[in-house]
Amino acid sequence: MQEINVQYVAELARIRLTEEEETRFGGQLSQILEYVDKLNQLDVEGIDPMTHAVPLVNVTRKDEVQPSLSNELALKNAPASLNGLFKVPKIVE
Amino acid sequence: MDKSIHAFLSINKQGVLDQAEKADREIAEKGLSADRPLLGIPIAIKDVLAEKGAPLTCGSRLLRDFVSPYDATVVTQLKNAGALTFGRLNMDEFAMGSSTENSSVGPTCNPWDYSRIPGGSSGGSAASVVADECIASLGSDTGGSIRQPASLCGCVGLKPTYGRVSRYGLVAFASSLDQVGCNTKTVSDAATMLGVISGYDKRDSTSVPRSVPEYSAALQSSIKGMKIGLPKEYFVEGMQPEVASSIRQAVEKLEELGAEIVEVSLPHTEYAVACYYIIATAEASTNLARFDGIRYGYRVDGKNPFELYCATRGSGFGEEVKRRIILGTYVLSSGYYDAYYLKAQKVRSLIAGDFTKVFETVDALVTPTSPTTAWKLGEKMDDPLQMYLSDVCTLSSNLAGNCGISIPCGFTDNPTLPIGLQLLGPPFSEETLLKIAGDFEQATDWHCRKPVINNAGA
Amino acid sequence: MEYEIVIGLETHVQLKTRSKMWCGCVNQFGGEPNTHVCPVCLGFPGVLPVANEEALRLTVLTGMLLNCGLPKRAKFDRKNYFYPDASKNYQITQYDLPSTLKGCVEFESENKTCRVGITRAHLEEDVGKSSHFDRVSGVDFNRAGVPLLEIVSEPEITSVQMASDYLNELKTILIYGGISDCDMEKGMVRCDLNLSTRPVGQKELGKKVEIKNMNSFSGARKALTYEMNRQIKVLRNGGALIQETRRWDDAEGMTHSMRSKEMAHDYRYLPEPDLMPFEPETAWYDSIRESVVELPLARKRRYMKDYGLPPKDTETLVSNPSLAGYFEKAAEHSKKPKAVANLILNNLRACMSESNHSVDDLKIQPTHIHELVQLVDSGKINSRIAQEVFNAVYESGKSPQGIVEEKGLAQVSDSSTIDAFCDEVIKANPKSVEDFQAGKQNALNFLKGQVMRLSKGKANPALVGQVLEKRILNP
Ligand SMILES: [Mg+2]
Ligand SMILES: [Zn+2]
Repeated sequence: MQEINVQYVAELARIRLTEEEETRFGGQLSQILEYVDKLNQLDVEGIDPMTHAVPLVNVTRKDEVQPSLSNELALKNAPASLNGLFKVPKIVE
Repeated sequence: MDKSIHAFLSINKQGVLDQAEKADREIAEKGLSADRPLLGIPIAIKDVLAEKGAPLTCGSRLLRDFVSPYDATVVTQLKNAGALTFGRLNMDEFAMGSSTENSSVGPTCNPWDYSRIPGGSSGGSAASVVADECIASLGSDTGGSIRQPASLCGCVGLKPTYGRVSRYGLVAFASSLDQVGCNTKTVSDAATMLGVISGYDKRDSTSVPRSVPEYSAALQSSIKGMKIGLPKEYFVEGMQPEVASSIRQAVEKLEELGAEIVEVSLPHTEYAVACYYIIATAEASTNLARFDGIRYGYRVDGKNPFELYCATRGSGFGEEVKRRIILGTYVLSSGYYDAYYLKAQKVRSLIAGDFTKVFETVDALVTPTSPTTAWKLGEKMDDPLQMYLSDVCTLSSNLAGNCGISIPCGFTDNPTLPIGLQLLGPPFSEETLLKIAGDFEQATDWHCRKPVINNAGA
Repeated sequence: MEYEIVIGLETHVQLKTRSKMWCGCVNQFGGEPNTHVCPVCLGFPGVLPVANEEALRLTVLTGMLLNCGLPKRAKFDRKNYFYPDASKNYQITQYDLPSTLKGCVEFESENKTCRVGITRAHLEEDVGKSSHFDRVSGVDFNRAGVPLLEIVSEPEITSVQMASDYLNELKTILIYGGISDCDMEKGMVRCDLNLSTRPVGQKELGKKVEIKNMNSFSGARKALTYEMNRQIKVLRNGGALIQETRRWDDAEGMTHSMRSKEMAHDYRYLPEPDLMPFEPETAWYDSIRESVVELPLARKRRYMKDYGLPPKDTETLVSNPSLAGYFEKAAEHSKKPKAVANLILNNLRACMSESNHSVDDLKIQPTHIHELVQLVDSGKINSRIAQEVFNAVYESGKSPQGIVEEKGLAQVSDSSTIDAFCDEVIKANPKSVEDFQAGKQNALNFLKGQVMRLSKGKANPALVGQVLEKRILNP
């Protein structure tokens, strides 16, 4: 059975889990991975991966300036702001 | 209204009155016109589509206070067509679920039986239409999220071809699978809605530049001489017997109406659920990375950004969303990409190839929409895999990018619960699907049956 | 034991477009915080990116200028990482199918011609900018989504000087091509440094040390020098280097290990589902090829060969494309391109810096420079008067010929006039005449000066000398 290091993956995804969630998800995800293992029954040698549902290419826009939001509207949904900036805990490199 | 089924998350009472008054004035002054086909018609919107000045919560605690500063393209199209957009519909959080139980504010109930789920993730969209709380609604369909609730609640649910309707303003779950569509009371309403929301959008790079036909006109012609395939793989083990027999009767009806029915095969069908859950969760894990409590949304503070992210997302997202993000993160992570994501994309090619091949010989496919009728609230909540398997009939067409429609085709007896018939067609064959669905609807009266809505409160 | 260093550079350059990469917000430095933002570049729920065609064009043009291959198919990918300045918590970039591949830059360094391979130049987006306060930080997303070109060199640079020359050449090429303004002050160019050290003769590379986000070339130079010395010292003392990321502290002048408890990077790249791939047509490539300009090094070589200019003058001209263009127009039909260059490098540049003019706002035209040189060359005016004429043309934009006529500045070569001036000066300065007769050469210069003054500078100085000498020595 495929084991997931749930704690590592949750950290990569920036999601804090309770211990109880970690255990439960671990079991459920292993079960799901076991199920998706059936894909290995298929020979996909030489098959192109399908990334998009439509076969378009070269979709671009013209380099034209459009109006932006006001600072007020940009920050309207922000949980915290400071001098027109989005306020965050101190970023240390 | 809405106390017993809880289809709505919010309603803009004053807004809708103002819009209605304006519409009345316009009708009085200019009468009805073809370019305003929805003038004065109340349309409700799944809370996953941005509407300027309205909440956009996606059924999530993380976005509980978010107010959109812009309109989704489909919302602009609805407004231009004269629709009254008045309310936001309940859904599984970020459209992840098949029962609308994953909404942070509680489930929507099935209008036919309040102890049952309405399907999902667009449970609010289907339930509100069936409960006569609106004329039509917009939803989104990533793996069956419009069609499956349509089937379980008893209305029409249309998932257009990928690229037919703009996704700009649709909060992404799985970008390469998501498509905006509608729930309606009749096939003719679906044609009208599709005519309004279809078309190329320069804001969506995956939108297909292709003219929009007169969908309503397609309903005039008959299905005589059409060839409709019956894919044997869709009559899965564990299918509810009443569902199987209703579909068989429906197929007989289509034959009666002049269609030729042939059995066909989509050999990779059994891999669709596995393929889908890898692709959908992988895309979701990156699409939902933006919900971090920095620029908007619910925030749990932390002593540094890392702590803030983990705390915010840990308590802001519900269980199913977290489970899927973790699965999606895992399948993309270093060392696993080829084994899972790349592999799934290759299998996706095979699944799409099945459809391409079969559509060389038939005009459309007929299948059940859901292998079962609506189940009890809570019944599958502890078993995510069983929940995922309930989408088995719908999600292949998202993988392939095809169009599909679900229409009522019967009821179980005790309890009385609707059964849905699914029609699938190749890309951009919505006219064909509408034609078949329309003929079937004309020849049956399933769509006329209504649940009794008791709004005293459940 | 002797050691050698190997350097690779990743240079990030903001492209010169009107709007951002995925949205219509203006691509402009500065502005009040969070005013050049919209739902798209703020990563609001539901938005979608649409690629800016001009950014793609500039990327391909860069590829052409850097002799890169242009693949048949390119695409965008998501690079996932959480950071407060990344509005989607992924960066849209080109991972395995970039728009350009495998090229090279040729430049001169320490009197040699060098060639450094370019691994790729790919298109991506810039992030927002954080400001740090006492206890908190704040993020401005005006810069988020600005098109950014990442130019990755092969690890083929073998000295700090060569790295510096490479960067300067790259910058000049990008300015030449109109790809970027490369304004360092505005953060338009930033680079990541990779440096490793190995004993001379060892084949495999040493442990790679990465120094990220240098925003000035002088800083890059200092960081490389410091890091080179540090690494050699560690190895000399028998120590071992580790592969790591280090941070340059400009104030201290040192690099520090970012010995991170931070997790190993796992970017979980995946193809961007919201953007379609690119399969450029030949016609599009051809249309871009028309914008390919001559590279600075080629231009330098041509100037030296065709105009006979010395290396230093050439470099000065070539480093300023608009001035170089001006020079070429002025020198086009000139018999004295060197005189044209001198006038531009000395007089014109001095006036421009004094009056703060750019080439575009000049009244004096390249044809004026050409004409002025011709006036001197034909003896119509002397070189002192030429300065005066230059200043007048610079101010007014009138033709040099016109100024000479208007102000009567033509050189006097007419012998009877010059004879008369000389006689007058000889008469007035008997002492100097005597001195000259006694063999003092300086005295003649003094007398010459007097004649020039009398003629208001217009007398032909060579003629004046001859006449004075003749009259004094053979009266
Ligand atoms: Mg990069
Ligand atoms: Zn923007």
